[in-house]
Amino acid sequence: MNAPLPVPQATSTTCPYCGVGCGVKATPDGQGGAIIEGDAAHPANLGRLCSKGAALGETIGLETRLLHPMVRAGDGDLQRTDWGTALDRVAEGFRRVLEAHGPQAVAFYLSGQLLTEDYYVANKLAKGFLGTANVDTNSRLCMASSVAGHKRAFGSDTVPGAYEDLDQADLIILTGANSAWCHPVLFRRMAAARQARGTKLVVIDPRRTATAEEADLFLPLAQGTDAALFSGLLVHLADAGALDAAFIDRHTEGFGETLAAARAETPDAAATARITGLPEADVARFFALFRNTERTVTCYSQGVNQSVRGTDKVNAILNCHLATGRIGRAGMGPFSLTGQPNAMGGREVGGLANQLAAHMGFAPEDVDRVRRFWDAPHMAGAEGLKAVDMFAAMARGEIRALWVMGTNPAVSLPRADAARRAMAGLDLFVLSENVVGTDTAGCAPHVLLPAVAWGEKDGTVTNSERRISRQRPFLMPAGEAKPDWWALAQVAERLGHGWAFAFETPAAIFREHAALSAFENDGTRDFDLSGLKDVSDAAYAVLAPVQWPVRATPEGPDGTARLFAEGGFFTPSRRARFLAPAPVAPAPVAPGFPLLLNTGRVRDQWHTMTRTGLSPRLGSHIPAPVLMIHPEDAAAAGITGGGLAEIVSAHGRVVLEVRLDAGQKPGTLFAPIHWSGATASDARVGALVHPLTDPVSGQPDLKATPVRLAPVAAETRGFLIARAAFSARAPLSPPPGLHWARARLEGGHGWLLAGDADPAAWGAYAEALAAGAGCAESLVELSDPVGGHYRAAAFTASGALAFALVLAPAGTAPAWDAFARLLAAEQIPEGDRRAILSGRAGGGACGPLVCACFGVPRGAIEGAIKGGCHDTAAIGTALKAGTNCGSCLPELRRMLSETLVPA
Amino acid sequence: MSEPLVIIGNGMAAAKLCEELSARALGRHAVAVVGAEPTLAYNRVLLSEVLAGRMPAADTELKTAGWWRAQGVTLLYGTPAAAIDRAARAVVLADGQRLPFSRLVLATGSHPIRLPLPGADLPGVTTFRDLADVDALLKAARPGVKAVVIGGGLLGLEAATGLAGAGVDTTLVHVMDRLMERQLDATAARLLREAVEAQGVTVELNAHSEAVTGETCATGLQLKDGRLLEADLIVMACGVRPNADLARAAGLACNRGVIVDDRLSTDDPDIFALGECAEHRGLAYGLVAPAYEQARVLAAHLAGRPAAYEGSTVSTNLKVSGVPVFSAGDISGTGTEDIVLNDRGLKIYRRLFVRDGVLQGAVLFGDTADGLYYLDLITNRTPIAELRTELAFGRPALAA
Repeated sequence: MNAPLPVPQATSTTCPYCGVGCGVKATPDGQGGAIIEGDAAHPANLGRLCSKGAALGETIGLETRLLHPMVRAGDGDLQRTDWGTALDRVAEGFRRVLEAHGPQAVAFYLSGQLLTEDYYVANKLAKGFLGTANVDTNSRLCMASSVAGHKRAFGSDTVPGAYEDLDQADLIILTGANSAWCHPVLFRRMAAARQARGTKLVVIDPRRTATAEEADLFLPLAQGTDAALFSGLLVHLADAGALDAAFIDRHTEGFGETLAAARAETPDAAATARITGLPEADVARFFALFRNTERTVTCYSQGVNQSVRGTDKVNAILNCHLATGRIGRAGMGPFSLTGQPNAMGGREVGGLANQLAAHMGFAPEDVDRVRRFWDAPHMAGAEGLKAVDMFAAMARGEIRALWVMGTNPAVSLPRADAARRAMAGLDLFVLSENVVGTDTAGCAPHVLLPAVAWGEKDGTVTNSERRISRQRPFLMPAGEAKPDWWALAQVAERLGHGWAFAFETPAAIFREHAALSAFENDGTRDFDLSGLKDVSDAAYAVLAPVQWPVRATPEGPDGTARLFAEGGFFTPSRRARFLAPAPVAPAPVAPGFPLLLNTGRVRDQWHTMTRTGLSPRLGSHIPAPVLMIHPEDAAAAGITGGGLAEIVSAHGRVVLEVRLDAGQKPGTLFAPIHWSGATASDARVGALVHPLTDPVSGQPDLKATPVRLAPVAAETRGFLIARAAFSARAPLSPPPGLHWARARLEGGHGWLLAGDADPAAWGAYAEALAAGAGCAESLVELSDPVGGHYRAAAFTASGALAFALVLAPAGTAPAWDAFARLLAAEQIPEGDRRAILSGRAGGGACGPLVCACFGVPRGAIEGAIKGGCHDTAAIGTALKAGTNCGSCLPELRRMLSETLVPA
Repeated sequence: MSEPLVIIGNGMAAAKLCEELSARALGRHAVAVVGAEPTLAYNRVLLSEVLAGRMPAADTELKTAGWWRAQGVTLLYGTPAAAIDRAARAVVLADGQRLPFSRLVLATGSHPIRLPLPGADLPGVTTFRDLADVDALLKAARPGVKAVVIGGGLLGLEAATGLAGAGVDTTLVHVMDRLMERQLDATAARLLREAVEAQGVTVELNAHSEAVTGETCATGLQLKDGRLLEADLIVMACGVRPNADLARAAGLACNRGVIVDDRLSTDDPDIFALGECAEHRGLAYGLVAPAYEQARVLAAHLAGRPAAYEGSTVSTNLKVSGVPVFSAGDISGTGTEDIVLNDRGLKIYRRLFVRDGVLQGAVLFGDTADGLYYLDLITNRTPIAELRTELAFGRPALAA
């Protein structure tokens, strides 16, 4: 009898995507991958996962990993090296820049993907030992306005509530938050509350998102007028006698002036409706809902934050909750939904240029306190440069050394083309990454350091409800990858600061971080982990998810679900402040750029797709970058749905496929942020975005860049799909002269192609492709030069599909689904091979994936609806679609209404 | 009382006509079939299979003796017709028998062409047309024997691959620069050449025959370029000409073949002709499909129903040594747009010829399953704009 195989233990860890911070159970499959499940014991998600989390197992392979350090050689090429050499080069580079140009010439650009421990060490090194506060992160692009708004109102960067409030609310307001797509697990909690207690949902958003389609009341307000809507609400609450006078009196200040300012701008619903462009009746209904519903949670996200008026918008929201005392109590409160998994953790350690550490700023006593705690020789004494300013300083040559960790600023920053040029001109550019081939890695780094990735990382993250959770490793580090904190400490040692960075474990870093939070705190700072400052390695290993502040009690460390119900704010007066937002100004006129470009996420992708882009399932919902446009705007520009459009701003240009969307407000466009130079030819939307920032938070206004657009001729459409082994061996360049976007497919990659090119020319390209793959003798071709068709395919020696190329006149190319399915097959039966170029081989339902969790394509759902499934529950029973994360439920409902109502 | 209907010729056209007649006008005619060959009607297309030893001769039989009996057809095979006595309305057989007819159908097929080369009458030189030829070739074909087949058309290819299949060291000589030049374009012809060579046939193109060498029997074929190809057997398979001998002798209007109108009637309204011997609108077809179409029309006409034959779109649909080849319509490639599907691995090739939004011609190699689909599109002049994208992949799949 065989000995039983050891059953691999499931490791409890935390999802690395959005700020919901879902608990994940990962069980290694013994082949480098893992089986992923939601962790039912984790309070954030109670076992649920969204499509992205559920697909994590597809994204932890080694195919794109950076496996060893690399340094730039004299000829400019990156060459493999050992860690010692690479770290010497980093330390030497910093030393030279510090000596020649001083600490202001040194900068760190970090990431909300980093663990708190990595963040802590980076912040300590920069601000305490190199003497620069130029430590900013991609969180600046994400929630800096919420931080600033919180600090202005509360005196601290505190999210007062907890996810439980969503379960217990009777009214949930989502403003600037497409939660159905971007925080699906929370949206499911909201949906459950609506089911259980009839919670009403109000969605405030200039575009009709998937979230808006679920709303009881949808308020498609004019771009940038959110603050006026909430100021109008404040006036209404005052006029209707719905204020909590006791709370205002006891715990706040500045109410009178703020109300007066609000009254001046928005004296009533009619005035509010005028400014926001909403029907007065809808405004009045919104006011009444808020007035009459004690248990109200207002969630806000990037639509509020990423704005030149982001901080004002946050304060306008906070004003209404403070004025009604609806804060810090069950089922009520303002709620910033964070974009990133550890944006809050980064804030905790001071991972922003305008924060020092542990929620302390640059007040002299704070600087002194932290200096004493660290025994720091070179304390930064003033705020550093925030992201946009930092890259501008880089472009001017004022910053000469940069260390980027775990983010892709060449894609994501405003004026991304300028950011790319700025990085390429540095004296020292260090990039810590876990994948190769990012756009940022293409900006001539001097040193590439391989970082451990999710599944290998060991530390903590903090989610949107202040909950600290462990990210635990369940895989060995890939290649020579190391934790970022280790690399930082090694550089610190080489610069003579080894004694202050002698961390042996992430637990040791966490203890120091917790101790700093407790240091001379005495209740003066919200962020307090005193209960964990002596956590043992063993206790850290099994640390249960806990919400800060965490203080020591006789029963052990506690945790805090909510704050501020009884006041206790962290301003000098301990009172919350009302702040009057600046009145809504008319949108600046940009001659020649008549439209406003809004940017954001799509349902199944994350950031610049370096990880979600590895999942075939996640790539199927929206495989190529698109531009959403109102049909009237499209008609005016001579652009048709499915065609290509060039979008030009003062800063750059992109070319995107057009989708007509009547839910898009006329005059505004929407484009997803995810595609980079690595995944598409002309879709780096960041290159368009203007560098305007919120004056308080420094957060860039990513949602209202003036642009113009023009149609782009694209008579030829099609795709190239290639088997993974083949495309990895000989990296494919798509056919020249065409616009392309790449997506991961089961078994390989696909490039969607569009352009205006002669299909007759593709024979030579296909021939070269086949020759390169060693399978020229198996080439199959269809050519119809007059008809504009060219198709080709070739097969490996063992009979698997090596690649398929299809080019056709626009509108006549087959979908790639049928072809893509064949990539996964080890061998194509001869019978199917005959039909290969027809797209008839393979069979099965096709179309874009609607349900990414269970891989259900549009065709199958249409079939089920026609076959008698007349609600989402029936579809779920038949196909499982929509029964996991639920983020496709809006789409299912739309398909139901479209399919069941005869056209 | 049934009218006497006499059919001269016992080939595929005659058999099809009898079959069509029996389906339409059973008992209207007393049918007699007169055949020169001493066998029941057989499928000439399969002769190469018999030659290659892949099929016994008996299996080529189109209909059983029992079938013929059941139709009430009088079969007079092995007895050639010698003359038509139009005045007496009777066919005179070689043995002197006279068969009166009220209606007469000529289905006399064609003669194989014998090149007028010096030495062409030597023993060892044969044609490839009927079972007698096959018998003769089979008797001579043994491993070690060398054969030269003259003619790179359908007949020559079948003879050559048949002989090679029988173990004969076979060379095919063809005067043109590619095989089956009237049916295939250069690519399909090259693929066919490769397939034929894979069967062990040596192919010589641009090869002009000058003379058969040998004193008492053939020993080789002399080419005009000076080469001498040794051969014990020389098969002339370079085409056929309509056999209009009886008609011409009877004074019926003839050109290359017996001239017929759209009812397949000669200039004598009671005498008809079909198949390879007939010439309709200036065309004498050398293929079986037009003969079958003519048989259907003629049967209808004889059954008293209006029917007209308006010509056939020429198509070739055959297997050359197991490789399916199809050709139809105008494949000259002049003034047409090409749609080409080429699968190197599976050796499947399709070239479609389009003009004015209509399919004009098609060449298929390796997979001819859609040949008749294309033939329909060509014949019916179906507009293909809607089909163009998928055209090369054949008949659209039925909607699920």
